[in-house]
Amino acid sequence: MARVELESIGKSFGDTAVLSGINLDVEDGEFLTLVGPSGCGKSTLIRIIAGLEPQTSGRIRIDGAPVDDLRPHERRVAMVFQSYALYPHLSVFANMALPLTMQRLSLWERLPLLRLLSARRRRVMPGIAQEVRSVAAQLQIEPLLLRRPAQLSGGQRQRVALGRAMVRHPGVFLMDEPLSNLDAKLRVHMRSELTELHQRLKSTFVYVTHDQVEAMTMSDRVAMMDAGRILQLGTPAELYARPANVTVAQFIGSPAINLLPARIEDGGIAVLADGSPILRTLLPPGSTATIGLRPETLRLLPPGDPTRPAPFQARLRRVENLGAECMLHVDLPTLPGQGLVIRAASAGDLTPGTMVGVAYDPAAAHVFDASGNRVAAVATAAPAARLAQAEGRVS
Amino acid sequence: MRALRHAGSLILVHGVLLAGAAFMLLPFVWMIATSLKPPEEVFSATLQLLPNRFHGAENYGFALTQAPLVRFALNGAIVCLGILAVQLLVAIPCAYALAKLRFPGRDALFLLVLLSLAIPVQVPALPLYIALADLSLLNTYLAMMVPFLFSAFAVFLLRQFFKSYPDDILQAARLDGMRELEIVWRIVVPSAWPAIAAFSVFSVVAHWNDLYWPLIVITDSALATPPLGMMLFADAETGSNYGALMAAAAMLTAPLVVVFLFARRWFIAGVTMTGVK
Repeated sequence: MARVELESIGKSFGDTAVLSGINLDVEDGEFLTLVGPSGCGKSTLIRIIAGLEPQTSGRIRIDGAPVDDLRPHERRVAMVFQSYALYPHLSVFANMALPLTMQRLSLWERLPLLRLLSARRRRVMPGIAQEVRSVAAQLQIEPLLLRRPAQLSGGQRQRVALGRAMVRHPGVFLMDEPLSNLDAKLRVHMRSELTELHQRLKSTFVYVTHDQVEAMTMSDRVAMMDAGRILQLGTPAELYARPANVTVAQFIGSPAINLLPARIEDGGIAVLADGSPILRTLLPPGSTATIGLRPETLRLLPPGDPTRPAPFQARLRRVENLGAECMLHVDLPTLPGQGLVIRAASAGDLTPGTMVGVAYDPAAAHVFDASGNRVAAVATAAPAARLAQAEGRVS
Repeated sequence: MRALRHAGSLILVHGVLLAGAAFMLLPFVWMIATSLKPPEEVFSATLQLLPNRFHGAENYGFALTQAPLVRFALNGAIVCLGILAVQLLVAIPCAYALAKLRFPGRDALFLLVLLSLAIPVQVPALPLYIALADLSLLNTYLAMMVPFLFSAFAVFLLRQFFKSYPDDILQAARLDGMRELEIVWRIVVPSAWPAIAAFSVFSVVAHWNDLYWPLIVITDSALATPPLGMMLFADAETGSNYGALMAAAAMLTAPLVVVFLFARRWFIAGVTMTGVK
């Protein structure tokens, strides 16, 4: 078990800055996920923690002790790679035993032929074999111990890679997209298995992924990264409910949040391009904003009732039926090019092309200012008649 | 119609390949044929593959008894394996460093390797000869090996192969506590057998067949490698007994052919994988 502290880590390749000013404390026993689009620097960061890449600036401490000058294996970290990185010419057993033989045997006790002369090796090896078997039993890969990696399926290789990390009893597990090469079904299964493993081992996990579902389902905390910086650090629920900026809001959540560009008019009212007011903000008049509406906060209105027009008049484009729920993709005719996704229990008997009314919940809306940062929305006193109607529909 | 055209192009391609193969095989066939002929038929004016009078037993017997063929072959083996062992020992770590490690001046060093590929052995022959003479090393096995111990071609070929080795595995090995040299020999080399086999065939064939350098540094026939031995044999023992000479040549070529047949699969895999053709 170990704490990992990163202090203003920076990394550049030549003139290109890949990481800048990364401060991050990973608590002892925590499952922390680094999530972000490809090229955001998350893999570089985890390799810096492992000691495989030197940082350009900043310091790393593991359990309070600086590790900047330590070589990778001296840092008490283990890593699981996306490609699994198993030694192709060694059996599963030898793959898993290798970290232990490296730790416990001297160089000449590892040399071919010469090692046969070592009495100490003969004493140490049974212990190593026993530990490998016990880890293999935990991962249910005992029957595979004599096979080569090429003879294993992706899921089995994944387990062997995990086993090779586990035999060392590292303080920190570093995982670089370990599930990306698995098929969808196995990925879901391994997700829960990794979570259980974390609970059982009580070790610190630093997990890198570009898949926000993995980040949301497995982590204690998530650090969302983009362009070499941490945009937001918090629990999955915090990132979803209170995204710090547009990029986080867009990345976290599936289907993605609906984003509507708006301009701010008198009284802080956000107005869409077609002139319809949508909600009240604390932004100064004349500025621009982006309004974020999660698909589940949108609601289809029953047709008819021309006296109470719906906030959005939309044309149904496509229905994605997921069984338990469905995603309705609609276009807004008054806002060309702008679509919305609505999460609903069912689409009823609606067919594409039908006009539908859509209501939203202003209290659940996210408001981002011109530079993309989150600002408070004010969902109180309705300033305009149409806005009042919109809110009235939902409450 | 299309199938016919396809068949036509297949016949054409195979025809060209067969013609090329026949052209390359002809000297060997002629060597075997001559080794079976009596002296009077060797220079007969008519072109004839098979002998009228089978003289093979006499030719091979003469070559085996009159020339120290085993000695020549043993010398060839010592020189070839000695060269190959040192070449691999030096070239594998060099190639790994040039392929996978980042250090200042790496690209310049690799450029030097490429440039040295362009220098024929004849260029440094004189200084090498003088140095060996000054060190009293002429007429030794070492003298035959020295110019070839450090092979730029091996560095180049293996570097191309190592370049494609997955970095993740090297990083996993570093995390497991391996030093670079241990990574090279225990992790990378076991996966590099095709490339090593390919280079070994190149190296052994080249030095088994080399006449130029042994001719310069060796005068003692007890140290002669096969081609030099053949030359001494031709001068001293046989005169113009070409049948016996060809019998000796056939026997000295045979080991190479056997080695190649065994290593053929690796050889082809190694050459195609490194992109060297």
